Amino acid sequence: MASVTLRGIRKAFDRTEIIKGIDLDIADKEFVVFVGPSGCGKSTLLRLIAGLEDVSAGEILIDGRVVNNTAPKDRNIAMVFQSYALYPHMTVARNMGFGLRAAKTPTSEIDRRVGEAAAMLGLESLLQRRPGELSGGQRQRVAMGRAIVRDPEVFLFDEPLSNLDAQLRNQVRTDIKKLHQQVRTTSIYVTHDQVEAMTLADRIVLLRDGRIEQVGTPIELFTCPANRFVARFIGSPSMNIIPAQIDDNEIVLPWMRLPTPPLATRPTDGRIELGIRPDDLLTGAACHSVPEAYRFTAEVRVVEPMGAESQLIVSVGGQDLQLRLMGRLFPKPGERIACALDPAELHVFDATTGVAIGQRHISLQ
Amino acid sequence: MKIVRPGRVIGFTLLALGGIVMIMPLLFMLVTSLKSNSEIYELHVLPREPTLGNYIEILTHSHFARWFLVSFVVAAVSTVSVLFFDSLIGYTLAKFRFRGSGVVFVAILSTLMIPTEMLVIPWYVMAKSMGWLDSIWGIMFPGMMTGFGVFLMRQFFAGVPDELLDAARIDGLGEFEIFWKVALPLVTPALSALAIFAFLGNWTAFLWPLIVTTSPNLYTVPVGLASLSGEFQTDWEMIMTGSSIATIPTLLVFILLQRNIVNGITLSGLKG
Ligand SMILES: Nc1ncnc2c1ncn2[C@@H]1O[C@H](COP(=O)(O)OP(=O)(O)OP(=O)(O)O)[C@@H](O)[C@H]1O
Ligand SMILES: [Mg+2]
Repeated sequence: MASVTLRGIRKAFDRTEIIKGIDLDIADKEFVVFVGPSGCGKSTLLRLIAGLEDVSAGEILIDGRVVNNTAPKDRNIAMVFQSYALYPHMTVARNMGFGLRAAKTPTSEIDRRVGEAAAMLGLESLLQRRPGELSGGQRQRVAMGRAIVRDPEVFLFDEPLSNLDAQLRNQVRTDIKKLHQQVRTTSIYVTHDQVEAMTLADRIVLLRDGRIEQVGTPIELFTCPANRFVARFIGSPSMNIIPAQIDDNEIVLPWMRLPTPPLATRPTDGRIELGIRPDDLLTGAACHSVPEAYRFTAEVRVVEPMGAESQLIVSVGGQDLQLRLMGRLFPKPGERIACALDPAELHVFDATTGVAIGQRHISLQ
Repeated sequence: MKIVRPGRVIGFTLLALGGIVMIMPLLFMLVTSLKSNSEIYELHVLPREPTLGNYIEILTHSHFARWFLVSFVVAAVSTVSVLFFDSLIGYTLAKFRFRGSGVVFVAILSTLMIPTEMLVIPWYVMAKSMGWLDSIWGIMFPGMMTGFGVFLMRQFFAGVPDELLDAARIDGLGEFEIFWKVALPLVTPALSALAIFAFLGNWTAFLWPLIVTTSPNLYTVPVGLASLSGEFQTDWEMIMTGSSIATIPTLLVFILLQRNIVNGITLSGLKG
């Protein structure tokens, strides 16, 4: 088990800088998820930690030891690849034991550890098959098994679920979480799926364009996004963003005025954006729980029933808003419904910089 | 009644004709090798009195066995060398980016455009200055690596996913071990094809072995057989007999390796 520390990590390929200065401390036993849009450098960062690429600047420490010049095999890590990267010409058992065999581990020891990992993952009956004879989910488990057999100090996962169908993905996600609770090995997990990030992570590292946007627990990122990008990225459906103007002591929305909440700072030009999550847009009877000033009526545009709930797009003052309606009853398009903004859940962003300046950020700044 | 499509009929006919055209000279060779000297200029196809006399004669009263050995050593050593070095170079060019790798690849490719006839003079000069004339090594050295093989292997290695090599790096293999234990087993179809090409190319090579050797005991089979064709008389039955024997290794190599080309280990099992 080990901690992982990144200090001022930079990486350039052919003069294009991909990782632009990352500082991060990952504690022993922690499960950290790197999440961000495609191309933001998540895989590159993981490969730097694995030692598959050399850093252009900065230091990587594993267990307090600088490993910049240490070969991947000596970093005591194991990696699960997106494509699983199983050796097609070897049986499952050989795939799993390959690293140990390369390290000249005695055969009896290899057999024991492969057996244990196979039992943990329910792979015993597949040990003599080749990867080509396995289903996608089975291959995924073999890839996990290969990582477990090495008994590493750090697990690295690069989008291990992206090749599975939706149902299997949920199941394996739970399996990974269980596995971590069982073995407690420090884990770094890369994904572009914010649901995976939210459900698995002790802490999420949200990356964009080679930089960290925010680090925190899933709840911190959800309730206290540092900027508009984080706010939109975390949570599904995405947060509604409404352009607005601060005028004296009121926030002017396209269709109504609100009392200004306490703000960390005020943009000089007064241009802000108001953020509200679909779940915090109240409808029907729930509207009465908030002051009159936050209520309005909107026209229903699109209804997407999902069973126990439905997603609605409503329109007011030329602005589309997404909201979520619990229950099996839902309005029809064209109907006008009562809505309200939950004042406790309003997010305020500087329209120019995108930085959050709402009430929750007062103490932080 | 079964419907016979005209396209199929034409196709089969053309293939059959092609096959006959290809196989006729071989049959002629085989049949002639079974005729006695007095019969060979007669026009009937089948020998009147089939005899193995020519075979016994050529194996006992000529250098043929020696030529066969020389040819075999040359072809076998060259093939092993080509398989090893071409795949190593092809792998390096496919999987490592280094300054000038593109130039190296183009340079190797461009050697494919130069015909042997143009190369024999520089080869000869080189062999002479190194003292390799009239030696087995002199026959073999130009064929120890081939531009074609490098190109073929590079293309196949390019299809081996990088993640697989990365997985092996994490598993603790050295770069050569990764090549040997992970990458190479995945391109066996290409290796088999290359082995066939390399073996046949060396087995049938004529011009260079003819130029570089002077002693009859260093002749390869094609050079040796050509030497049977003299200024005043040609032992056709001996040439045909030697040629018949010479096709055996070719057939064996092909039969042994062609199955591999078809059932190579596919790269399935990588994606989910
Ligand atoms: N070996 C390389 N050479 C040059 N550019 C590279 C290399 N590897 C990655 N890049 C570039 O670095 C950027 C980040 O790539 P990376 O694979 O880290 O993204 P990612 O966040 O993992 O995206 P995804 O979610 O699509 O996997 C991309 O623009 C990519 O083109
Ligand atoms: Mg990636």
